[in-house]
Amino acid sequence: MPIVEIDNITKRFGSNQVLNGISLSVERGQVVAIIGRSGSGKSTMLRCINGLETIDGGSITVAGHKLTNKHEHLIELRKDVGMVFQHYNLFPHLTVEENIMLSPRIVKKTATETARETAIKVLKQVGLDHKRDAYPEQLSGGQQQRVAIARSLAMEPQVMLFDEVTSALDPELTAEVLKVMEELARGGMTMLLVTHEMEFARRVADLTVFMHQGKVWEARPSKEFFADPQTPEAKQFIGAGAIK
Amino acid sequence: MLAEFSLDNFIFLLEAAQWTLLLSVLAFVGGGIAGFIVALMRTSHIGALRVLSTVYIQIIQGTPVLIILFLSFYGLAIFGYKLPPMVAATIAMTIYSSAYLGEIWRGCIEAVPVQQWEASTALAMTRWQQLRYVILPQAVRISLPPTVGFLVQIVKNTSIASIIGLVELAQAGKLVSNATFQPFLVFPIVAGIYFVFCYPLSRFSFALERKLHAHR
Repeated sequence: MPIVEIDNITKRFGSNQVLNGISLSVERGQVVAIIGRSGSGKSTMLRCINGLETIDGGSITVAGHKLTNKHEHLIELRKDVGMVFQHYNLFPHLTVEENIMLSPRIVKKTATETARETAIKVLKQVGLDHKRDAYPEQLSGGQQQRVAIARSLAMEPQVMLFDEVTSALDPELTAEVLKVMEELARGGMTMLLVTHEMEFARRVADLTVFMHQGKVWEARPSKEFFADPQTPEAKQFIGAGAIK
Repeated sequence: MLAEFSLDNFIFLLEAAQWTLLLSVLAFVGGGIAGFIVALMRTSHIGALRVLSTVYIQIIQGTPVLIILFLSFYGLAIFGYKLPPMVAATIAMTIYSSAYLGEIWRGCIEAVPVQQWEASTALAMTRWQQLRYVILPQAVRISLPPTVGFLVQIVKNTSIASIIGLVELAQAGKLVSNATFQPFLVFPIVAGIYFVFCYPLSRFSFALERKLHAHR
């Protein structure tokens, strides 16, 4: 049974139909890269999965939770779904460790000591356990993003969503974040990532989804897709990327 | 029988100034509590609360504080609630400052980037948890300079309570001036006392602003 099941979802912003009947199912442990032009709806689709955006039609089931508008249901769903953002969105008034411990403590009611142990564990995982007491503004973008990943991991999610998490970083910092993500993928985490890193998608993702005009234009195993895209739009998109 | 301005007069002014201070503190505490509730209502997800608080702010901000003072002093008297001037003044100043502080603090809550709401939403927090642990701690920092700045306004505006007979600093100045007929001596002294209260607050607000900006 798929851990993420997206069935024919639609979404419009005013007169703009952003999602036009998207269906996608993701198995446990799968890594799915979502690519496409700006405005193709890929970020919106990702944000629908944990209810940051509401859907107009269709249905989404994640880790056994059916997405509804009910607040309590959404909270339960979000406990199992981590999300990492383009601009890290760490809490600037809290230290690295406090950032990571906050949600386990107040949402999951974990004891402070247990939450601290988890924080140290996930910080080691992203290679930043020496930055426990730093404030976000004292860290580089790459380090902040790794802390954001650690903060998500501390909730022990079953699925993780990555929304263009390296788009604000220079190539060197991008590499350090991608390395963490690759280790996560190898560790068996189910991951959906909206990305512009084609090489990473080809190498790490099991499945690549090419979105165009609010639809899944192509969804195939990454190696196949990048070797031989079927649609002209995907061909053009990947070709344009290769020239860069 | 005119008397020269004496030390006794000065002490009388200082005693009256205590009422000015007390009224300022009460207005700030009362207005702060009510203003916090107003700010939460203004930023609420519940439409009715937003409308209610918006109407409240529009009415209070569009009304002279003098009229609010008359209403709480003379208005309530008609219904048999004859309030002492200090109580009426406290009520009026509380209402007045709640509307302004509420609006200042709403702005500060909204100044926290929307991404902070999104990140905490994704971490499965409830709206109240988001406010308590993520949004308000950041909003408070932003709010310190304008809040202290408004405190200065409160101190100065307490002078309006003189009109219902409360012998605070401004009223005391008028009495001493009438007795000594030395307005150009008495009122500068009164102004000086206000200045002594307000100047440290202004400096404090300025220092906070610089400190918070340096941190960015």
